[in-house]
Amino acid sequence: MSGREVSGHDVGRDVPEKPEAVYFFGTCLVDLFYPEAGMAGMALLKSQGIRVIFPPDQTCCGQPARNNGWFEQARAVARQQIKCFPKPIPVVVPSGSCAGMMARHYPDLFAGQPDEAEVRAFAARVHELTWFLVHVCRLTPTDHGPPVTVAFHGSCHSQREMGVRDEPRQLLRALANVTVADLQRPAECCGFGGTFSVRQPGISAAMARDKVTDIATSGAGEVLSGDCGCLLNLSGVMERTGVPIRARHIAEFLVERGLAGETRP
Amino acid sequence: MTPETRTATGTPRAAFTGKAPAALNDPRLRANFRRAMDGLMAKRAAQFADPAEWAALRARGTEARARALAKLPELLERLERRCTENGIVVHWAETPAEANAIVLGILQAAGARRVIKGKSMVTEEIHLNAHLEAHGITTVESDLGEYIIQLAGEAPSHIVMPCIHKNKAEIAALFAARIPGQGYTETVDELTAAARRTLRGEFARADAGISGVNFAVAETGTLVLIENEGNGRLSTTLPPLHIAVTGIEKALENLEDVPPLLSLLTRSATGQPITTYVNMISGPRRPGEKDGPHAVHLVLLDNGRSRIYGDPELRDTLRCIRCAACMNHCPVYTRVGGHTYTFTYPGPIGKILTPQIEGLDCAGDQPHASSLCGACAEVCPVQIPIPELLVRLRGEAVHPGPAAVAVKGGGSGYTLFESLGWRCSTLVFTSPRLYRTVGRLAGWFGTLMPGWLPPLNRWTRFRSKPRFARHSLHQLARKGGYDHE
Repeated sequence: MSGREVSGHDVGRDVPEKPEAVYFFGTCLVDLFYPEAGMAGMALLKSQGIRVIFPPDQTCCGQPARNNGWFEQARAVARQQIKCFPKPIPVVVPSGSCAGMMARHYPDLFAGQPDEAEVRAFAARVHELTWFLVHVCRLTPTDHGPPVTVAFHGSCHSQREMGVRDEPRQLLRALANVTVADLQRPAECCGFGGTFSVRQPGISAAMARDKVTDIATSGAGEVLSGDCGCLLNLSGVMERTGVPIRARHIAEFLVERGLAGETRP
Repeated sequence: MTPETRTATGTPRAAFTGKAPAALNDPRLRANFRRAMDGLMAKRAAQFADPAEWAALRARGTEARARALAKLPELLERLERRCTENGIVVHWAETPAEANAIVLGILQAAGARRVIKGKSMVTEEIHLNAHLEAHGITTVESDLGEYIIQLAGEAPSHIVMPCIHKNKAEIAALFAARIPGQGYTETVDELTAAARRTLRGEFARADAGISGVNFAVAETGTLVLIENEGNGRLSTTLPPLHIAVTGIEKALENLEDVPPLLSLLTRSATGQPITTYVNMISGPRRPGEKDGPHAVHLVLLDNGRSRIYGDPELRDTLRCIRCAACMNHCPVYTRVGGHTYTFTYPGPIGKILTPQIEGLDCAGDQPHASSLCGACAEVCPVQIPIPELLVRLRGEAVHPGPAAVAVKGGGSGYTLFESLGWRCSTLVFTSPRLYRTVGRLAGWFGTLMPGWLPPLNRWTRFRSKPRFARHSLHQLARKGGYDHE
């Protein structure tokens, strides 16, 4: 009926040639709460011989406004981002959710707008970090760390909007001393959902607690994710309920295991 | 739940939000739903183990439903013609009240006093049983799940398995209390035998049968009805009068559209390759035939569907074939159960359908009761973009579209406070220098922000306070030499 993409679809993205330079869109959550994750993401790209450009005028992808139905405001915020990334080079995002907003929802949000074509061209250049590391950089991370067991939580939007399925685990499996624990319900939402977490705090917390239980019983000493929204939610619940499991962005973990002391700024 | 609390009038806008805590704090309910949904998800997954077959079948099913909707006005006329030719009397109802009056009128004209019912969500939507009972007509639900909740005086909590919120022990206690001569037993065979004994008598005594419809085929005037217990077949063939009630969106163009959709429906719903019974009803008993009702009526209900149809994006809502896969896979539904949704249709499909039928002014919190995780759209056999439609409805709640196509109750969710919030955040996010300043201030003073401050207190009720980083990525990137062209 309508030609729009169903968000449940795995949509294969065209794999670009490994570029000489990329833009990095840090996301507001990483900027304000997890800057180390952003630095690690850029370090990983740099370690692959790619020049990383971080345009200082970037702010937020606009997803909160869009998800709450404030489309005009979301477009204004989106336009501010798009003009920060003018060159036809990839835009790498250390978040499947913010990448999904830019790659999947910007085109819908701008349907019928005068700058729709420009927005579509931009959206096609947006890539999630772990997907980019695996498919474009063909990164095989090295491991200099002690044996550990970790769990990986894939965000809903990374999986269902950006088609990031096995890529993060593929990176982790390449680390010799790292065991990746299986979760009971790896595809189930952690309950963050942006403003959902404050509009429906009880349901959100119930989902988060179930996810924490899943992680805690998996035997993992640490939980990794490619999305800082999930991390903020999970670590908040774990701190409150006294679950001694660290929550970190996967980029930070990969840098610590392999690049620590080398290219880490 | 009485019909009064379930209809639009007088229902608070945030009924869902108000009911959620009780459901979340009911460990038995939580366990019942978790167990049931886990089972349903596993059964469905086993059915669609081959992704290529799933994709191809899903594309066929989606095309058939989309095509039917694209031609809906024409198909409905054709359906009426073919049904009439087949001897089925077709009635049109714009509102639940009209539909109830039509059904009551047919029953009264036939002198019917006892009605046996097959499972039908549309009759739940219009609260038909209450209407008939109020006019002295006894209705008995014959689907086992519906029979159980009717005994308990409850509403369905799931559109395919209406009593999924109850476990065996609860049903055993209910039967012991409500079925004369029935002792307490948790043996499933004994419980079903008890229901069967009662229902057999009801089938024999019924003056009329009322059922729903899964698909109404315009090409042939055939009503397709699927079920597993045989109660649907008995309800539609044993009594002398059969009344089918359904929504106008159930029309299909051709008979050949039915097989792919049936396959998608049963495999998505219960993980069955096909249901035990597939009824193709094409008219009343003909001269010389030995069974079947003497009269068949079809009541086609609008109840806001035309309005939904008028919006090319929201129209996708009407593609639904009521398989319930969306709710089976929904992390929110699994935790709060169907009754929290207050209205007839729970889960993700309910969250987009209910606000459009009842109005955003009385179910406006439902589109927000989602983390937009997308699990529903991923399993929807007819590819309804549920998360996108949830977001669209969130938009309608604050900025209604043009009056001609506006969703009922559009704009009712607008508050000055929220509007100011989004305008302020937009100002910050569109002014890089201001944003960087705010980021620096957050690094210095963010930790001083009190956890009791709304809306942060809604976060800190269950989680520790988020900690702003001392230095933002903007600052670190500049120091690290990334901040350049």
